[in-house]
Amino acid sequence: MGRAVAIETVKLRKTYGSLTAIDDLTFQVAAGEVFGLLGPNGAGKSTTLRILITLLRPTSGQAIVLGHDVAKEPDTVRRLIGYVPQERAIDRFLTGREHLLLLADLYHLPKDEARRRIPELLKLVDLEDRADLPAKTYSGGMKRKLDIACGLLPNPKVVFLDEPTLGLDVQSRLRIWDYVRQLKARGITIVMTTNYLEEADQLGDRLAIIDGGRIKAMGSPSELKAGLGGDIVSLTIGAADAGRTDALAAALRALPMVRAVNPKPAGLDIRVESSEKALPAVLEASNRVGCRLELVDYHRPRLDDVFVAHTGHAIRSEFPEAEE
Amino acid sequence: MNEYLQEVRALTMRWVRRLSREKFSMLFTLVQPMLFWLIFFGNLFQRAADAQVTQAPNYISFLAAGVVVMTVLNNGLAGGVDLLFDKENGFLERLMSTPINRTSVVLSRFLFVTTITCLQVLVILGVAWFFGVEAATGLPGIAVILLISMLFGVGLTAISMALAFSVKSHGDFFSVLGFLSLPMIFLSSALVPLQAMPAWMSVLAKFNPMTWAIDAVRPLILSGWAEALPKVGMVVMIMLVFDAVCLYGSARAFRRAMG
Repeated sequence: MGRAVAIETVKLRKTYGSLTAIDDLTFQVAAGEVFGLLGPNGAGKSTTLRILITLLRPTSGQAIVLGHDVAKEPDTVRRLIGYVPQERAIDRFLTGREHLLLLADLYHLPKDEARRRIPELLKLVDLEDRADLPAKTYSGGMKRKLDIACGLLPNPKVVFLDEPTLGLDVQSRLRIWDYVRQLKARGITIVMTTNYLEEADQLGDRLAIIDGGRIKAMGSPSELKAGLGGDIVSLTIGAADAGRTDALAAALRALPMVRAVNPKPAGLDIRVESSEKALPAVLEASNRVGCRLELVDYHRPRLDDVFVAHTGHAIRSEFPEAEE
Repeated sequence: MNEYLQEVRALTMRWVRRLSREKFSMLFTLVQPMLFWLIFFGNLFQRAADAQVTQAPNYISFLAAGVVVMTVLNNGLAGGVDLLFDKENGFLERLMSTPINRTSVVLSRFLFVTTITCLQVLVILGVAWFFGVEAATGLPGIAVILLISMLFGVGLTAISMALAFSVKSHGDFFSVLGFLSLPMIFLSSALVPLQAMPAWMSVLAKFNPMTWAIDAVRPLILSGWAEALPKVGMVVMIMLVFDAVCLYGSARAFRRAMG
């Protein structure tokens, strides 16, 4: 890579009694990159993040942030990083500005630096107008923006974002993505967890796909997709023939050019060497089984295909309803 | 050291600011103990309570010490609630991700709760005075009442925080709180002197630190230094032990929750 390493973990492991939250996590984050931890809820992303920001101690293994061991020098690490927790880490009764003033005291920022940075950050996240209203009057998106301003206050070299757009509407989501890109442009290293494939695809320079507490795959989104190779043929099966889906899947698995068959809602995703060569055989198989296809679609592998290929299941619906 | 003071001051001011934004709830917390217990209960039981039993000129003067300590109890036991909410919505995690001394969050809470409790105790004594209850030991006596309130309050707040750091949800927290607070009041000398209780209740009440606090505050209000001093000495020692145990438990719960 040739670039400085900002974060390094070696065989990181965290257990709670007999439960293993994460196991054998080894990865590096280069300075200046956006590193995404992608996985479903409960995969171990947040546990990993909380070890890196010194809020959890690893059961075994090591995590080094900017040259400091998180378990041995937590105070030094805390001074160097910014953290944006999941939504609503906000005191409803304090104004936006008071949040930043409080944190300026806790980070012991020099008075003049705080006086300069606070208006600057409020401007960056477009909260100048609302800065002196209590946070309970803020929308979900505004709270998130305040969260981000708080995370940036100590002028960190590394920022950790925990599910930065969870539950936000599309517009706020795009705005947050924009901030993340701005931070990257300033040379800040970003580690973020997400369970949105599109977010990981859009923002991540490199991703670690985590499932069941382990890294299943790692690389840039394009590397991951290219690594899968071939094409994805996606079949939609009519409701009338839904009962024959399993028979069709079995018939397809027997074909030499088919690498994998994964069920999806109302159909099947088939991973093949080449869609051009596979399509005739796929159609022939569906005729043979008597399973009428409603729609056939094929495409290069997408990140969701990568996820399914490495974990054996889909992550979950891509766009859940916004909470607020 | 300067940094530590800066942290504690900033965090304490946060509690003060919050309270000032919740004027409605502030009014009710302030008014509730004197309204319900002192004014209603005190006057209601005036004729039902036997002066021979209470050893006081009237029931309200007997009850004043109880209401003072009850207020300390309620404030203390509720002292961890805000930390519980901070824990649940992630604000505590945000604070813990900053390079602060871990104890400054807890200390800010102790300072705030203790200050509010002292102010409330003064208000209660003021209302009692309005109904003709004058502290027999004067202003120095009131200072000693505040000292006892602080000592008892610290231990109670520590229990509340330990609970806040250990429970899974705030539902659990409030169930335990509800379960604790009324028996603590009834199994103490707050409403009735120990001698007038059924034997089994008075035995239980003797193990209640609240009883000791009340039995020291009461002579400070009713009789005078001669009777009060030995009891004050006793309660200060008991409270130091009580506080030490509560703080130890609270520190353990905090460390377990915060890693």
